[in-house]
Amino acid sequence: MTAIADIPAQAPVRSLGSETTAFLLMTAMLLLLPLTGIYPYFVMQALCFALFACAFNLLIGFGGLLSFGHAMFLGTAGYVTAHVVKEWHFVPELGIVTGAAAAGVLALVTGLVAIRRQGIYFAMITLALSQLLYFVFLQTPFTHGEDGIQGVPAGRMFGLLDLENPITLYYVVVVIFIGGFVLIHRAVNSPFGEVLKSIRENEPRATSLGYITDHYKLLAFVLSGTLAGLAGAMKVFVAQNASLTDVHWTMSGEVVLMTLVGGLGTMFGPVVGAFVIVAMQQYLAGFGQWVTVIQGLIFVVGVLSFRRGVVGEFAALLRLNL
Amino acid sequence: MNQALYAQLLVGLINGSFYALLSLGLAVIFGMLSIINFAHGALYMMGAFVAYFLLNLLGLNYWWALLLSPLAVGCFGTLLERTMLHRLAGLDHLYGLLLTFGFALIIQGVFQNYFGSSGLPYAIPLLLQGGFNLGFMYLPTYRAWVVLFSLLTCLATWFLIERTKLGAYLRAATENPVMVRAFGINVPLMLTLTYGFGVALAAVAGVLSAPINQVRPLMGADIVIVVFAVVVIGGMGSIMGSIITGFSLGIVEGLTKYFYPEASNTVVFVLMVLVLLLKPAGLTGRTA
Repeated sequence: MTAIADIPAQAPVRSLGSETTAFLLMTAMLLLLPLTGIYPYFVMQALCFALFACAFNLLIGFGGLLSFGHAMFLGTAGYVTAHVVKEWHFVPELGIVTGAAAAGVLALVTGLVAIRRQGIYFAMITLALSQLLYFVFLQTPFTHGEDGIQGVPAGRMFGLLDLENPITLYYVVVVIFIGGFVLIHRAVNSPFGEVLKSIRENEPRATSLGYITDHYKLLAFVLSGTLAGLAGAMKVFVAQNASLTDVHWTMSGEVVLMTLVGGLGTMFGPVVGAFVIVAMQQYLAGFGQWVTVIQGLIFVVGVLSFRRGVVGEFAALLRLNL
Repeated sequence: MNQALYAQLLVGLINGSFYALLSLGLAVIFGMLSIINFAHGALYMMGAFVAYFLLNLLGLNYWWALLLSPLAVGCFGTLLERTMLHRLAGLDHLYGLLLTFGFALIIQGVFQNYFGSSGLPYAIPLLLQGGFNLGFMYLPTYRAWVVLFSLLTCLATWFLIERTKLGAYLRAATENPVMVRAFGINVPLMLTLTYGFGVALAAVAGVLSAPINQVRPLMGADIVIVVFAVVVIGGMGSIMGSIITGFSLGIVEGLTKYFYPEASNTVVFVLMVLVLLLKPAGLTGRTA
């Protein structure tokens, strides 16, 4: 049995050199982007999804846990942030923290239930739980049902940064994204991350070595859920609303697609995947439902003959560690 | 007890029929191929659409549809297995889920392009129109037929797998495909046909559902997630387990709709959580 995301694990040498270079390159590109005159909204949106996908990849790529309900963390954090900012007049930074914390608590509760089963069952349980939450959000009054929470005020972050200004907002999003990315990188390359990878490769063996694997899986689930929530909270300020689309299971499918396209288990894959998919949706919007068909085709091609994803193939070609 | 309660019970029993047929198909496919067929909902929808096409393009009535639609969708399924799914043998099971998810997106997307999201009507066949007055409630004939027919299909499937020689080969191949192959049985062919058969069961559910729920491109999208919850609750340990769990959960859902309608969408998921907390392997599951 070949484990999911097995290929990056066989990457030649474990050196951080290529990763650091790629990271610096990415950061520089993101920081300099506003100077090019590209409309920052697209990039901000893509960055929200990129963080979301990186958080998702932490579970699947490094822990071998396919969560098919990750939209619940994105969406819950979005609703909570939008609500506390709009109705309770929280300052943006507190709103984001509250949203991410809510997603973290949700991840703790759902994780406790979901890690009781493995593999495909784990995927089905997370999917069912997210659908449960979808119906809850559809019916509770504070989410305003189909309308969602509209017109969330941007406000001033730390009393200084005016989020109404697109450039300021852009840099705030970049900083949060980089922060989340670095945190995931640290987690993956820590002793915790090594145990997580060993669980992915062979869980019974990790258990026999004395690790309580459920604790590691739960911790990874909570970390991933919280960071997905951070992405959802950030997205509220970019889109200025929170809506049901972010909790629906199709969103959970999209994050899988982003990660698969970019490269499961690679650091930069989810980022590239998120940009590809968001760009695709942007530019193919006129094709209506054909976008769904194209996404399905990408899934099929990705699973059948492109399992390493864009970044994975690239890294394998150049024998790099990305 | 009153009319409304009986009506909801009947709705529950009918939904239970669909859950049973769909989770049974999933169980059959999972047993042999170790694949969670995410495309199951889309193929259920295809079953209904094939019935619609047969009627409106070829003038073939419901009874033909009940025979031809599972056959057509089953053939489509075998094609998918032969050309794509079988390539995943030996890979992590999760890839099967992702590939069939891709199938689901493609199939649903194509139908949405041509038919939008609204429902197409499909008339109840003449023979099954009308109903009986049972004294305490009015029972529409077609609804009784759906419950009866799906129950019979489920039991026939159970008999085929648990009580016939073919079923014995299937079960043996699930345990040890290499050994069964050594006995000269064509296991790859069996895998293909099993997928086709499981898919055909979904199409049967689709045809049965067409006159009740109308024919819609997204009719399978949401039901499949409920069926996954049913599967987690039942545990997919046994064929009979899927059937019983499917019907029972439909009834539970119907009762919830009567006593506490707000929770009717979520009750199956809540039950799933409870079962997982108390009995992680599911009600009829064999392994933890």
